[in-house]
Order: sequence, then structure tokens, then C-alpha cells
Amino acid sequence: MTALSAITGRDDARISPWLLAWVTVLAATVALFFLKDQMPWAFKYPRSMIIPLRGVLNDSMKWLMDSADLGLFTFKELTRFLSWVIEQPYNLVKSLLSVGFLEGQGSYAVEVFPRMSWVAIIIAVILLGRYAKDWKLGALAGICFLYLALFDQWDSAMVTLSSIVIAVPFGVAGGLLLGIAGYRYRWFNQALVPVLDLMQTVPVFAYLVPILIMFGFSPVSAMIATIIYAMPPMVRVTMLALEQVPEEVVEAGRMAGCSENQMLWKVQIPSVMHTLMIGVNQVVMLSLNMVIIASMIGAGGLGFDVLSALKRLQIGQGIEAGLAITLLAIAMDRVSQALARRPPPVHGETVGKWYQRHPYILMALGAVAVTWFLGMFTPAMDAVPDALKITTGSFWGDVVKWININYFDQLDAVKNFLLLNLMIPFKRFLLTLPWVGVVAMVALAGYQLGGWRLSLLTGLLTVFLAVVGLWPKAMVTVYLCGISVMLVCLIGIPIGVASARNERLHRIVGVVIDTLQTLPSFVYLMPVVMLFRVGDFAAMLAVVAYAIVPAIRYTDHGIRNVPPHLVEAATQAGCTRRQLLWKVQMPIALPEIMLGINQTIMMALAMLVITALVGTRELGQEVYMALARAETGRGLVAGVSVAFIAIIADRLIGAWARQRKQELGLD
Amino acid sequence: MDQAVKLSCRHVWKVFGDNAENLFSEGATPSQQELAAGGYIGAVRDASLDVHEGEIFIIMGLSGSGKSTLVRCLTRLIDPTAGEILFDAQDLMKVSVAELIDMRRHKMGMVFQHFALLPHRTVIGNVAFPLEVQGVDRKTREDRASQVIDLVGLNGRESYYPRELSGGQQQRVGIARSLAVEPDVWFLDEPFSALDPLIRREMQDEFLRLQSVLHKTIVFITHDFDEAVRLADRIAIMKDGEIIQIGTPEELVLAPATDYVREFTRGIPRAKVLSAHAMMSPNCQGSYPETTIATARIETLITRAADMEKGAAFAVTDETGAIIGELGREVVINLLSDTPEEE
Repeated sequence: MTALSAITGRDDARISPWLLAWVTVLAATVALFFLKDQMPWAFKYPRSMIIPLRGVLNDSMKWLMDSADLGLFTFKELTRFLSWVIEQPYNLVKSLLSVGFLEGQGSYAVEVFPRMSWVAIIIAVILLGRYAKDWKLGALAGICFLYLALFDQWDSAMVTLSSIVIAVPFGVAGGLLLGIAGYRYRWFNQALVPVLDLMQTVPVFAYLVPILIMFGFSPVSAMIATIIYAMPPMVRVTMLALEQVPEEVVEAGRMAGCSENQMLWKVQIPSVMHTLMIGVNQVVMLSLNMVIIASMIGAGGLGFDVLSALKRLQIGQGIEAGLAITLLAIAMDRVSQALARRPPPVHGETVGKWYQRHPYILMALGAVAVTWFLGMFTPAMDAVPDALKITTGSFWGDVVKWININYFDQLDAVKNFLLLNLMIPFKRFLLTLPWVGVVAMVALAGYQLGGWRLSLLTGLLTVFLAVVGLWPKAMVTVYLCGISVMLVCLIGIPIGVASARNERLHRIVGVVIDTLQTLPSFVYLMPVVMLFRVGDFAAMLAVVAYAIVPAIRYTDHGIRNVPPHLVEAATQAGCTRRQLLWKVQMPIALPEIMLGINQTIMMALAMLVITALVGTRELGQEVYMALARAETGRGLVAGVSVAFIAIIADRLIGAWARQRKQELGLD
Repeated sequence: MDQAVKLSCRHVWKVFGDNAENLFSEGATPSQQELAAGGYIGAVRDASLDVHEGEIFIIMGLSGSGKSTLVRCLTRLIDPTAGEILFDAQDLMKVSVAELIDMRRHKMGMVFQHFALLPHRTVIGNVAFPLEVQGVDRKTREDRASQVIDLVGLNGRESYYPRELSGGQQQRVGIARSLAVEPDVWFLDEPFSALDPLIRREMQDEFLRLQSVLHKTIVFITHDFDEAVRLADRIAIMKDGEIIQIGTPEELVLAPATDYVREFTRGIPRAKVLSAHAMMSPNCQGSYPETTIATARIETLITRAADMEKGAAFAVTDETGAIIGELGREVVINLLSDTPEEE
């Protein structure tokens, strides 16, 4: 097929067999409505047929914890050992940053050595920024940490920082080792990739429950959850990076007579260090993303502050703590990115005594020593003096109060209009669909886009939703996700198009979406709940705000990447800018845009689980309830269901985009 | 060639495709048609060659001719599908992994087309790398590395990183690295192809200078026939995975095995290739104003020939100095004016 006929989609006048198949399936689905009385099972999956998967999972979890014996030790001993391994460095770092070194227990504890002074930490952070890039970055990082100090977030922030400081190395090391194994052993790679796919689509809440049961309600559990959540990108980056080592460099290593280990640690890993650092940055960001969620199983710190403020609707405290997480995230993101992008060393840098080579470490150590010494005479070094502290808590409360008093009717009218005319009808429509029909349609779509393998996969995953008895909840998830994604398209794609066609706008949009991506997902909940109170509408807005970034980014990227000779040819043919957009750029960029929408769907599903906190009634709620009641099976089944919805969408859209790109000759 | 054979390969095949080794069960050898029908790609087909001690052996062919695959078979960077490879009469196909690593550590050195330097190491770190891998202590290996860096003319640049050097300098590092372990056989895979023509020329001179000092056994890959003629003792010409002809530059020019070889040699000025021995007449009575050794290329005789009287001739001697023939002045002059046919 030529590119032109692929764009117009006109092959010949014959009715395509696909159209026929779709008409048949749709007609059969409609026919089911007339047979509703005869075949109620097609609409409501019979209770007696539900597979008690959650019970099985609950029982096996119980068995694992109570009686599983792994030969030399029991499972329980294994989990205790793991928590011990993580706990030791954590306690050390926490003493250093947060609580000081104590002797004795509980309230009888006596401080034998104070924690690092907040002044010293801010200086160290500034120096780190300077080391990574320049004084400007140092200033940015310093200001972020100064905020923590002045807005009375210091103690919580240091607890959070301690757990990040421990979780990140574990996540990086674990990801690196798994990635290496995946690179070396083909079979391991084949087993690993689907697991990674699942890990990145299962909502975190789902595995919080088993972790909670295995490791108890503690910071260690929270760190383990964080590590599991943050590791997958590191694994992927490692595998990708190792494959990028130029063949000749590997050959050079082999000709030098490297053993397998020498090859790995002396040749391959060092020569892709830059790419690996991008993975480290990802681990840092995902760990920070987990801060609030992790506080549900005992992390404490800033996450706990946000969560409790959210529960009590204390707007001011919530925003200040949320902002603290955001600033912490921004500081760590920028610094770790700068470290990843640090220019390679120049000759002569690595000579000299170590104190000549590492002036910043020396300066930071100096700052620590001086502040410790000063701390003996003044308490201002240990805790931020009250006189310096600022709070804006009441201000935010007042703003929201003011908006609610003056604009309540308008906001309410918008909300009600959308709810009554769009959201509720759509939800009803999805809920009345017979599950049998939906399965048939999903399977047909799979067959059309990717052959029988994809058809089987998507069909079976859809059946799973019905079989475990979560069909209605899954449909509500699809409804909320679908409506949010539609809204994202309506807002995001035009922004993306505009920014692709205007350099200045492109730069502004770039900064805004970079910032949006750094914000932890919970931050979006706070303002929407304050303005629209709990419910589907607030949830939808939060999802839209969280998931809009990829839609904009991919649209912009897709349109910019339209081959310039096509644009020139169209311009030469006399296209107006509008015609150029609709007749050339959009059709060619569409596969790329769809991949962006795909990302949006993934993020929307992840966010939906979090919006369960504001009272939506879908799979996310199910997962959240399971967490509250520590029911492993319930949480895992619902979590896996969310993942399956994500996988269905991902595979279908991915297959479509591939097919389309091939037709357009873009691959 | 009177030197001992250092490295040789016998009926080496490299066939890409699933279960390619089945094609060779019970000593069978597949024909080109069989390979094509089965969807196989015969990157190297039935290659046999001997590399003698101390010679520069050049494998020359256009891209896709299988020369890089063949040299990787010789070092076992790629495992051949069939055939044997003899290194010091030891079959490389039969050595264990540990023995192979040991041979690479001590007996082989290789230079790569795109330099293949480790970006995170300085010049000295790169050059000392093969020694480090062997477990040589820091002082010894850095002393040795400094020596080799001096040898390739990079002293003063020890602490530079590869990206701070020009292409030519980077390849000098690559050469130094491959020489650090004092290998017996030196493999160079298109070492100068990625360089600018001027630098390439300079590096070829440098290479000849090094060889005049080191006397290594060399396997050199190139796609440039000029380069091959300039550097080679002997050349193997490859096409579509097969070795078409092996011979000295002179032999290739005087007796090309196929039209393909003739096509290659056509652009080469004869005076650069032919030796006094090839052009002399066995007649050796008379008096000669000049003498030349039999192996000298005609090109080197030109200035002297120009100063001779019409009708005079060179005496051509063997290594012992005995006169074995004469070479007329006109023969030299004519060969010089014999401009190569235009391609």
C-alpha cells in the first residue's frame, strides 16, 4: 500500500470483512438485550461461578507466614532477616539525619551524639549541586531545603530523606543485578520482561498488602515497597544500556583477554555509566513518588503528614507538606539528572592528593564539623529556631474558603452539568453492557490488530475480570479512566499541536510539563477535593491533571517528527497551515499520538487507585479497602485486574500504532 | 617464503542461519545454491591461508566480502561454523575457554576500525588495560604502558581521555594498547579506514616504522587496494566470502587470477608494485654503472635511472650480492611513464 492510500484509507470499494465482523458482533450484543430474561448470566456474571481466587491467595499467604519452611530456615525467618538487613543502614542514616544517636529506650533515651545540623545539610546540598553542575543548581537545591527548614517540615523531611537514601541504593543495586542477569541469560530475559510489564501496571497498593503482612507496619515495609516499585526502570535501563555497548569495544575487551566478570565490570558497565545514571534518576523519582503511599504502611515523615492532612481536610498543612515533597523531589531530580549528565572528566582532573581532587567533600565535612561544634553552645544548630519559622497554613484555608463562598454555585453548576449529562450516562451505559459482548468485542479488536495471539490474550484477560467477580467495579474503572482520557485528549492534543507549531510556546509548555511530572500524584488530589469535594468529578480532575503530560509530549513530538520533506512537498503543493495540519501532519503523527494516549491511560489507571481515597467506587477502592483490612487476596486480585485492563489497552493500542506506522512506512 | 608458518586456517566456513553446522555433517560442504536455498548467508566460504612469521599479510576486499568475519574467525571472536585454525600449530578450535583467554592475553593484539577505546579511561588507563586484566601490578603495567605510548609518539598525553584526542591520536592509543602485551600476532581490522586521507598516509608510514622495529606477524584488513599494495608482503583478495587469490602485490599485478583481481590492480602504477627481479633480464655480462637488489621496487630506482646514460643498465643482485641479471634504464623509464589505465 502506498503512503497516500494509507493516509486516505481508501483501498477499494469492496466491503471489508472486518466491517462485516464488527457489525455481526455489535448486532449480537444488541440482540442479547432482547434475550436478557432468558440469558441473565450474560449480563450479570453468576455468583456461583466466581472463582474464589482471593480466598486461595489469602490461604497461601497465611500458610507462607505460619508454616512455610525453606529447609534451612522458615519463611518468617527469611523476612525477618531481610528487614534486619535493611534496618541497620536505615537506623544509622536516620540517627545521622533525623533523631541523633540515642542510648536507651523510648522516653528514657539519652542523646549521646546530636544529628547533623540543618545548616550543615543545607550547605552540603548546595555543594552537591555545585559539584553536579554549577552554583545555580546548588542555589536551587539549597532553596528547596531551606523551604523544608523554614516551613517547619524539617523533621518529617529528614525521616523521608533517610528512607529514600536507603531505598535508592538497594533499588539501584537490585535493578542492576537483575538487568545484568537479563542481559546475560536469554531465558531469564524472557521471564523477566513480562514480570516487569506486570510490575509497572499493577497498582502499588496491591502489593502493599502482602508486604504489610510479611514485614509488618514499619518503615522497613515501606522501604521494601518503595524498592519494589522503583526497581523496574533500573532493570530495563541496565539491559538496554548493556546492549548499547559498541560491538568493537566488547571485542577489544575480549581480545585483551577479559574474563566474563572483567568484561562486565571493567568494560561494559563503565562505558555505559551515563545511561545507567538515567536509571538511577528514575529510581530516585519513583522512590519519591512512593513517599505518600508508603506512609500507609508505616513510612512516617512527609507522606504521613500529607495523608493525615488529607484525611482531616486540613488544607494548609496538606499543601505545605505536599509542597515539601515536591521541592524535595525537584531538588533530588535536578541534582541526580545533573550528575547523570555531568561532562566526562578532563585530563589532569584526576591527579593530585585526594583532598585536592574532592574540594566539595572537604568543604561539606568542614561545615558538618563546624556546626557540630557550634551546636554545643546553641540549640539553633540542632532545630530550626521558632523565630525563623513561617507558615502559610491559614492562608490556603482562607483562599479555599473564599473561593467556596464566592464561586460555590458556579463550580457546583459545572460539576453537576458534567456529572448529569456526561459522566453518569456513560457509566450507566458501560454497566448495562453484557460482559459476553464486551469480551467478544475486545477479542475481535485483538484479532484485527494483532492476530489470534493478541485476540486470545485480550479476550482471556477480559474474561478474568468477570470470572473473579469484579466486572461491575472494572466497568466503573473503565468509565472513569475513559472519561478522563477523553478529557485529556480534548485538552492535551490541542496544546501539543500548538506547541509543536510555536517555538516559544514549546519552551513554556516544556517547563510546565517537566514540573507536572515531578509532582507526586497525591498533590493533585488536594486542590480538587477542596474545590469539588469527594466524588467521581474530583477524581476525574485529579486524573486529568496527573495524566495529561504524555498526551502533550507525544503529540508535540509526533508532529515535530513528521519528515520535513513531506511538509515541504505539501507546502509546495499550496497547503494552508490548516490543511498541512489536518491532511499531512496529523495523519502521520497519529501513531505517535496514540502511543502518548496509551501512556496517559497507564498513568490514569495508576492515579485512579489513589483517587480511591476521595471516594470513587471502582477497582482502586477495592484495593484500598483490602489494604485497610489487610486482606492479601482481595488486594492482589483487584490490583491484578487493574493491571489487566492496562495491559489490554496497552497491547491493543501498541499493535494498532505498529500496524499504522508500518503502513505509513515510518519504521 | 622461508619463514615458519605462524597462523593458518584450513577450509574455514562461517555460515549464518539456524543450525548452520548441520550443513557440514560428515565432512560435507554446501554449495552456494544450497546456502541460498536454505536462507543461509555464507559470510566466509572455504577460506584457507597461511601467515608466516614476521610478514605483513593483508586481507583485502570490499565491504561485505567477509574479510572482517574471517579475521574474527582467526581470533575466535566469532566461532567458525567449520574448518580449523592453527596458531603455532595448535588448533584454536579445540582449546578451552581458559586457554583461549590466556592466548589472547599473551599472544594476540588487535586494533579496531573505530578504535574501541574505553571512554572512561585515560590514555594510559586504556593502554595498560590488557595488562591490568592479566593481573599485572600497577607500577609494572604503567611503566610498560608508558614505553608503548612513547613508541607510538603520544608521550605527554598519558592523562588525556580518548574524546580529547583526534582520530589519528585515538588510533595511536588503540595501537599502543594492542602492543602493550607484546603479542606474537598483531591483528589490525581496517585500522586507518576511519581517518582522513592525509592522516591515513601518516599512520601508514607510522605503521611501517613500527613494523621495522618490532617485526611482528601481522594480519591486516583493508578495503583499500592502494593501502594493501603499500604495506603488504602478501595479499589475500576476498569476494563474496571466498578468497580468490593470495600473492605478493607483484604476483597479483602480473598474474591476476580473475577479472575481478585484474580490475583491482588496474589503477595501480606498475612502478610501485613491480620489483627489479620481475623486470630484469637474466643476462648478466657487461659493466653496470649502478646496482640494485632484486627485491627493490622499480619506483625506488627512478632518480638513479634518470641520471644514467641512454642504454645503460642496473646490475641486479641477490641478497648475497651476486649478480643475477640486468635491468635496462629504458625498462625503468618506460614503466614510469606507463600511467595506469583510467577506471
